[in-house]
Amino acid sequence: MSQTREVAVVGIHEYPLRVAPGVSALQIKAESASKALADAGLSWKDVDAVYDNGQNQNIGGLSISEYFGFKPRLIDVTSVGGTSYEFQAHHAATMIAAGKADVAILTYGSTAHSGRVAIGTAGATGQGAPTPFNNMEDSWGMTGIAGYGMVKARHMHQYGTTNEQFAEISVATRYHAMRNPDAVKAMTDLEFVGVNEITVQDVVDSRMIAWPLHLLECCMVSDGGGAVVIASKEVAKNCKKKPVWIIGGGEATKYRENGGDITVSAGAQSGPVAFEDAGVTPSEIDVLMAYDSFSITVMLMIEDLGFCKKGEGGDYVSSGILKFDQKGGPALNTDGGGLSSNHPGERGIFCILEATRQMRGESTSQVDNAKLAVAVGNGGQLGARHATSPIILAAD
Amino acid sequence: MTMRPQPRFPEPDTQPFWDATKEKKLMYQTCDDCPEVIFYPRAHCTQCGSLNNTWNQSKGLGTVYTFSVVMQSRHPAFKDIGPYAVAYVDLDEGFRIMTNVVNVDNPIEDIKIGMKVKLSWLDQGEGEIALPMFEPA
Repeated sequence: MSQTREVAVVGIHEYPLRVAPGVSALQIKAESASKALADAGLSWKDVDAVYDNGQNQNIGGLSISEYFGFKPRLIDVTSVGGTSYEFQAHHAATMIAAGKADVAILTYGSTAHSGRVAIGTAGATGQGAPTPFNNMEDSWGMTGIAGYGMVKARHMHQYGTTNEQFAEISVATRYHAMRNPDAVKAMTDLEFVGVNEITVQDVVDSRMIAWPLHLLECCMVSDGGGAVVIASKEVAKNCKKKPVWIIGGGEATKYRENGGDITVSAGAQSGPVAFEDAGVTPSEIDVLMAYDSFSITVMLMIEDLGFCKKGEGGDYVSSGILKFDQKGGPALNTDGGGLSSNHPGERGIFCILEATRQMRGESTSQVDNAKLAVAVGNGGQLGARHATSPIILAAD
Repeated sequence: MTMRPQPRFPEPDTQPFWDATKEKKLMYQTCDDCPEVIFYPRAHCTQCGSLNNTWNQSKGLGTVYTFSVVMQSRHPAFKDIGPYAVAYVDLDEGFRIMTNVVNVDNPIEDIKIGMKVKLSWLDQGEGEIALPMFEPA
């Protein structure tokens, strides 16, 4: 792809509600698809490629074209947790550039809040399939949050990173959330204690969920969803909004290994690939949409994508540069993130949506003259097995 | 007392590991064709793809690589036991296991990364699999 500007995000929609009782995940997907196509100025009949995570269907990915009524010539069911949408955007961009399709749609819908899904605190039920993974993990009471807690603990041990430094990520993210009316409504509807800006002290004083992770370092569990329309240069020319080019992408997984370094994410592998693909460097990036399941996830994305050296993320995030109105580095999670705006389970799509808004000049925390953004998802479970995919977006 | 989630069978990769726990043996594999230590158990080597490997018994001595203390778990086996530590322990033989670090008063204060630990089996009854856990050495 390498700066050639062959493929663009042309339409987006973020489902506005985070508490949506009486609506199904599939309905959220279809409504978002309809509104994202309208945003692009395209019609239902224009879609010829469907990308999906395979959820909420009888056979993963098979029912979604039928439900929508699409007749795609490309179908891709990539499901790698929260970063599925960065993987899918990478695949869609590659295939459209190769001439295999013209208009791809990616959709997400979830009713995790209304369905009372305990994403972080549930732990293994002992009901899953007999697999080596389940059999070697289920008996220890590991919860989702504890898996991330183990990574944070090791980061603090290995590099001397402090709770106060981690808290800076939550503080900057909430600063942005308070400027986003949808995020304010989300926090209000989900009954956050204190829908207001927060301080480092607020974060380190908040309740411990899984040591060393505090409540205000953990994402919300919301309902929600959205859609992204990706199209060829030829289609993009005639769309309603200006195109936001996909100029690079990378994919990788990482998993526990004997003697492995748990503080290094898959982003250390996929980050350099994405930047080389795009022909840009981290120092040129204006906006960083990094999947904030927890503070530690963002810390690793910042380091492993090369915004600072490995282990120096603590100093980097506390240098005051994460907020949208500060210079010196990319603005972080300007929509309010998973911590304070939207996390129905697989947040990766929202990283692409807000990066697109920034490139269009439509963010509620708009970075002046923003030209380049990274949307980096992290899916799975950071301490056990995960996938990391950065997508690099450029303004026209 | 509600039972913890248990491994499920048939699962041929991990069944020999769990069968050995009935005799309080902590087993791991080494590749016959390269220096790799294979864990969790699998029929193939994750470094070279060899299908030839040997089961060995660990001495059960290791080091805490990292841990987290769960304050809140919804599973009935864990929700009433108070804060508990989940950990990765690096065994001296070169493999890393997910486990619990137990027999400490206060897991947040008393467990340290780098701390030496030794095996401590959680017995689940006669003829049942036992769960390998670790305590300060």
